[in-house]
Amino acid sequence: MYTLIYGFINSIILALYAVGFSLTYGISGIANFAHGAFYILTGFVAWNLLNHAGLPYCVSAILAIIITAAFGFIYYWILILRIRGIALAELIVTFASGVAILEFLMWKGFYGIRYSLPLFLKGGVEFFGVGIDYQRLFVILTGILFVIALYLFVHHTKIGLAFRAMAQNERTALSVGIEYDWIGSLSLALGSALAAISAIVILPLGMMESTIGIEVLIYALAVSIIGGLESTFGMIAGSFIIGFGQVLAARYIGPKWMIIVPLSAIILVLAIRPSGIFGKTKELEERV
Amino acid sequence: MKREIKKTRKKRLDRGIKARSDTIYVIASLRDIFYLIMPRFLPVLILILIPLFLGSYHKKVLIHACIYGLLALSWDFLASCGLFSLGQALFFGFGAYVSGTLNHYFHIPPSFTIPIATLGGGALCALLLAPVVRLRGVYFAMITLILPILLIKMIDTTGIFGGTHGISSLSAFPHEYIDTYLAIVSFLFILFLFRRVLNSDYGLVLMAIKDDDRAVMSGGINIYWRKIQAIFIAGSLGCFAGALITHHYQFLGISTFALDYSILPIAAVALGGQGTFAGAALGSMILVPLSESLRALGGLRIAIYCLILILSIISLPEGIFHFLSRKYHQFETIEEV
Amino acid sequence: MPKEHTDIILQVEKLGKSFGGVVAVEEVSFELKKGEFMGIIGPNGSGKTTLVNLITGFVRPDSGKVIFKERDITGYRPYRIVQLGISRTFQMVRLFYNLPAYKNLIIPLCSSRVKRFVGGHFGERDDIAIDILDDFGFERDSFVPYKMAGTLPHGYLKRLDLAKAMALRPEVLILDELFSGMSMSEVASTLPLIEKFHEEGLSIIMIEHRLKELFSVVDKVLVLNFGRKIAEGSPDEVSKMKEVREAYVGIDVEIEI
Repeated sequence: MYTLIYGFINSIILALYAVGFSLTYGISGIANFAHGAFYILTGFVAWNLLNHAGLPYCVSAILAIIITAAFGFIYYWILILRIRGIALAELIVTFASGVAILEFLMWKGFYGIRYSLPLFLKGGVEFFGVGIDYQRLFVILTGILFVIALYLFVHHTKIGLAFRAMAQNERTALSVGIEYDWIGSLSLALGSALAAISAIVILPLGMMESTIGIEVLIYALAVSIIGGLESTFGMIAGSFIIGFGQVLAARYIGPKWMIIVPLSAIILVLAIRPSGIFGKTKELEERV
Repeated sequence: MKREIKKTRKKRLDRGIKARSDTIYVIASLRDIFYLIMPRFLPVLILILIPLFLGSYHKKVLIHACIYGLLALSWDFLASCGLFSLGQALFFGFGAYVSGTLNHYFHIPPSFTIPIATLGGGALCALLLAPVVRLRGVYFAMITLILPILLIKMIDTTGIFGGTHGISSLSAFPHEYIDTYLAIVSFLFILFLFRRVLNSDYGLVLMAIKDDDRAVMSGGINIYWRKIQAIFIAGSLGCFAGALITHHYQFLGISTFALDYSILPIAAVALGGQGTFAGAALGSMILVPLSESLRALGGLRIAIYCLILILSIISLPEGIFHFLSRKYHQFETIEEV
Repeated sequence: MPKEHTDIILQVEKLGKSFGGVVAVEEVSFELKKGEFMGIIGPNGSGKTTLVNLITGFVRPDSGKVIFKERDITGYRPYRIVQLGISRTFQMVRLFYNLPAYKNLIIPLCSSRVKRFVGGHFGERDDIAIDILDDFGFERDSFVPYKMAGTLPHGYLKRLDLAKAMALRPEVLILDELFSGMSMSEVASTLPLIEKFHEEGLSIIMIEHRLKELFSVVDKVLVLNFGRKIAEGSPDEVSKMKEVREAYVGIDVEIEI
């Protein structure tokens, strides 16, 4: 039972890690490898606002989210704009900037026990004999809300459809009057905002340190790649596969094996079926 | 009354020796021969003589520069073929582990572990990456990025081959100068070798694959096999570097798969200019001593490499080497329009 | 002049391919005999290039078979099909514009097929390339073969593409709109070259829009429309068929060839 519940919670957490990355890619075709860095940056900003500026928790959290979203927006205009469309350059530049941000944070000493965000609410409930704290309930709630919102947005709203059209064929979309760069920057802002919200909700569960940045990126990648980049259902399925895989690995083999699950998943899927289990674009696979 | 604005522009003239064409040099005198040989001969001379004057700390820096240089050359080779690797550390670590484990568990001396690690490691890496060769470039980059991370975690978790702590007291080289000169000589040798290879027909095919692989396929060439060959060559080089450093430090550890070994070579090539190999060499010769002098900054160095990398990609300069060679081969005058 | 046509060298059976919802090629079948010269015509979008891509391995068919010299080559990779003996040119010329013209030929000369016939090591291939180009109108003694491919006029590029295809010593040559964009004089100088290859025994498939030139050289014609084969026969027969006229012009009108 414990495995079931914590597997479920873990899967939701993974989905939260991935949703921002997936949304950015889904809207504008940009794979933002600095996603993990944005995630942890939010925590860093929130912590500083809370402890150095003395702002109340609520305000710090919301401000941190806004700042990260704005940062994502500017990030597009400064960096990504110049290399937009060249998939390889996007990967290298976003990854390198992510690493730069993380190394910078580490250099400033951003690790260790004193860096943690407080829980929203202390205490918890019992569910079928297993204790779940309120924070984790928040996480589940946020996760479910996000996924539903993501699905509705991308598949059913006019804007969402416009975005997807753009991701598929920029020329045609441009000729129909869709502003390319604005959408690109908005997609990055949205993706970072989602990462920020996930960070605010999840980070109180443990300590903060910059290595989390790389982990979040790995999870986001694993979930997106396994599930297939084009489908929301795939993303959910991916997070559950890895989420439960991790919990089972931790239980039956050893806790250190948890990180190995998503890493090997990425390698296996890329080697065998790169468009993902539920992916629709088969042309992603072969060049010829 | 309007003032006349003088407009000027730079005019570039090839120096006499390059007057005919890009590839054919008209050698007219001893001075011309000197002009051609010097840029090649001088760095070689310097590199070969300098270890005799350096203290042991600086010798280590030099060895590191050559090691990273080998990784950069390896990266440049793959890039010339259209394969962009984000994981030179994969080859590096492979070579390290093959030679380290052979030495520790089977007591095979370095003179054998290094060649075995080079060729065997290269073959293993080519085998490992073979399934991805048919995919688009982005997937190759992602897999090379993730594989070293996976290997680090696996070794850390299972504790095999020394686990997190690594294996120490491996065999050293018989004499102190051997590893220094091995690094330098191999570095120079590979530099000149790769330049020749890329000018040959074999290299032409590889570069054509980068340019338009369907056109090469319609010319009846198995591009997948060629790419695997390229991975073998570049991979062997990386493995060689890894094996070398392992016996130099007499220590084997998971740090050989670290991100550092993946990022700095790319930054070096980006700085020096991709495609010429000399650029890769130049870039590493600049970056490694620079990073040593910045040692106080610790982890910030990686952030700096990343920034250099980003700047190089975004503002897309031709790289330092192109800039220098242009200056060397051409006169620049300012003339009025 | 019709030659003795003996066995069938290329056989296409019910090839089909759809891209998403669009049917590009549907149930196309034909036979090409050894030494035969076949033309493929049809309005734009009728699936001609897709058909060629299917035969030469650049696109995997959804259904049907391609049989070359009694060997099922359906789904083989393009380089393998080339190595077996089918060579093609591209509608959008695919050359290496940053290389000199003759260096473009080095690539096919490095393939295993040519090595078997011609041999050649590093250094020799340059001369072989110049030789081959000489036959295609790139005068050996001029500077033309040494010019960057990107600086050559369109007609030369098309002939370079042809030279690349022929350097592979194919048994079947497929030309995809070779004459498009060529001037009358360029066509007039290239057509005899192709006729010469035909006389020497090469089996050729030629997609063209310039019907007059095409009909003057081919043995038979295949007509495609909307991905289906709507007619097959000698040039005379085909030009008189009602379906063909309708496909091209829209209504039943006499086509002057």
